[in-house]
Amino acid sequence: MNENVILPIGPQHPLLKEPMHFKFTIDGERIVDADIRLGYNHRGIEKACEARTYTQDLYMIERICGICSHTHATNFVQAVEEIMKAEIPSRAKYLRVVVAELERIHSHLLWLGVAGHEIGFDTLFMLSWRDREIVQDLLEIITGNRVNYGMNTIGGVRKDMSKEEISQCLAGLKTLEEQTLYFANVAQNETTFIRRVDGVGILPKDIAISHGAVGPTARGSGVDLDIRRDAPYAAYGEIPFQVITSDRGDVLGRTLVRVGETLEAIKIVRYCLEHLPEGPIVVKLPRKVQVGEAVTRYEAPRGECIHYVRANGSEKPDRVKVRAPTMANLVSIRHCLINQQIADIPIIVAAIDPCISCTDRTAVILKQDGSHKTEVIDWATLRKRAIYKKPLK
Amino acid sequence: MLIELAKIVIFPGFLFLLAYSLFAQWLDRKLYARMQNRVGPPLVQPLADIVKLFSKETIIPASVDAFLFRVLPYFAFAGVTTSFLFLPVYSSTPVTSFPGDLVVVAYLLTIPTLVLSLSGWVSCNVYSVIGGIRCLSQLFAYEVPFFIALLTPAMLLETWNISEISKNLPSFLAAHPVYIIPVGVAFVVAVISLQGKLERKPFDIPDAETEIVAGPFTEYSGRLFGIFRLTLDMEMVVGVSLLAAIFLGGAMPFLGIPGLVMFFVKTFFILFILAYIKTAVGRIRIDHMVSFGWTTLAPVSILAMLFVVILHKGGLL
Repeated sequence: MNENVILPIGPQHPLLKEPMHFKFTIDGERIVDADIRLGYNHRGIEKACEARTYTQDLYMIERICGICSHTHATNFVQAVEEIMKAEIPSRAKYLRVVVAELERIHSHLLWLGVAGHEIGFDTLFMLSWRDREIVQDLLEIITGNRVNYGMNTIGGVRKDMSKEEISQCLAGLKTLEEQTLYFANVAQNETTFIRRVDGVGILPKDIAISHGAVGPTARGSGVDLDIRRDAPYAAYGEIPFQVITSDRGDVLGRTLVRVGETLEAIKIVRYCLEHLPEGPIVVKLPRKVQVGEAVTRYEAPRGECIHYVRANGSEKPDRVKVRAPTMANLVSIRHCLINQQIADIPIIVAAIDPCISCTDRTAVILKQDGSHKTEVIDWATLRKRAIYKKPLK
Repeated sequence: MLIELAKIVIFPGFLFLLAYSLFAQWLDRKLYARMQNRVGPPLVQPLADIVKLFSKETIIPASVDAFLFRVLPYFAFAGVTTSFLFLPVYSSTPVTSFPGDLVVVAYLLTIPTLVLSLSGWVSCNVYSVIGGIRCLSQLFAYEVPFFIALLTPAMLLETWNISEISKNLPSFLAAHPVYIIPVGVAFVVAVISLQGKLERKPFDIPDAETEIVAGPFTEYSGRLFGIFRLTLDMEMVVGVSLLAAIFLGGAMPFLGIPGLVMFFVKTFFILFILAYIKTAVGRIRIDHMVSFGWTTLAPVSILAMLFVVILHKGGLL
């Protein structure tokens, strides 16, 4: 084949659960080049935050992502609390960690299922999603909700845990640990699974660092990086836990890191539930947020998530900026994809656990001279550029 | 004349094949679902799917060769339906039979694969073309082991007639138990190759959903896609019945209704194995598939055949 074929994937494709566009240049079954385009799912959430009060923002920010909803909510709340210089009760901190780690378990089990599906191993998908229900039930016991937990409030958490709830959770964790150990065994020993992920999508340590990979993607390449340990927030400073890394650098490495983290998260939740401090769960804070700004970092299931909040003294924030972990990991994905096979596209893309709806933001591109690359076009020109030339009826 | 026609059209010919293939699809999906701890589809689901597809609009892309695009599904359909007429169902005598029909059936079963790859090419779609190429690459990996495995019992009994093989193999194996080894090995090879032929996991590489959408079927819709779906289900029944006839004695040792029951029991057994394989593994890559075909399946099937040639033809046993 002299001419290379362009294989377009997305924005609508069975591989992608969310809209994203890849343009692969392929030579036979080999990928020669890859190009990624985002921007199909822009929701204007940052601008919307500026038009609402802090409390309203909290609920909207929680809806940035369906999987790491607690991540964004906690991150935002921490930023606001930092501006207000508020110290929240330690029981609230522990409860935030409990929900955060359960969310990590649920996210990683979900990822394992998706990874299985991407390589055509649907049984793994069905079984891991079945057992993910246990976590969902635990989250429902703790917070009352399965997906958007609504646990956080500015100054603490909304809901306390009773003795019965704690014992229910501990019992659920036991089943969960057994099932996770089973999946860990599958991920480490099942031949067809190993053959599809071993040595696939290699991301060397130096590339992972230079391309700014975060979370399990970085840790799977041997970069020892975890915000929970490096810049502890909530109660992480008081909880003993291990940061799982793997030197493999391939998709198998990322899988092993995620499986290890799931087991570690179960231990963290158990520790928190057993050492839950007594006391109030929320502090009373003034209605208005004083002038100030804050950046907070949070170790989401997918990696480091950054929120920036600027307050101007009114009841609405002046600016909210969200940098989701997928944004950082997408940069390294091209390096992983080149020289791989078409068959490996799904698992390599899935290996960073992309969450496009969290990631999409608009960006204004500046020209060489620093001016805005914008132009004013009239309706007729816009029509000419449209796919449907005729006016729509 | 009328009875012959009824045999071809109704039982055990076309209509029976149609009904059984829909049932086999349901059984396969149900087993797959139960093994994955799911509920699975109701019994009429495959029929409902086909009715739905047949009542939908068929879209033919502007850039394709419309004639070839329309005609190809029927080729595959005809190939598979014809091959079923050579297979014994309720007794050891099929609808039609002649010495050497094993080779004809094996070749007729290759037609769907060729049609699939061709339909991928005429679809003028990058996913279809990749699917078509993969179809052909995969064909080279499983076809040779499949043929050799089928010919192992044929060599043993010195006949290439399917009904003769199914009639005589059980008694022959009972008389010479040592030949259970090569025939068993050939059976395993044939089941794995059949999984590749039917493009099921782990060999569903040509229509790997997450990579190339639906492979060769991407541009097919409505009735034409319905015909393809039906063809694949029928191919599964034909393949399973072929293995049951060659290796498990088909309807033997009964005739009539008990023979039919025996046929169902044996085909269910093979369907169960196929569903089990589908559940237990993920999809492998095309390069792994080809190397697996040539480094594992082909040598093993050739060894089984050599065993037969040396011991039986060489007159050692």
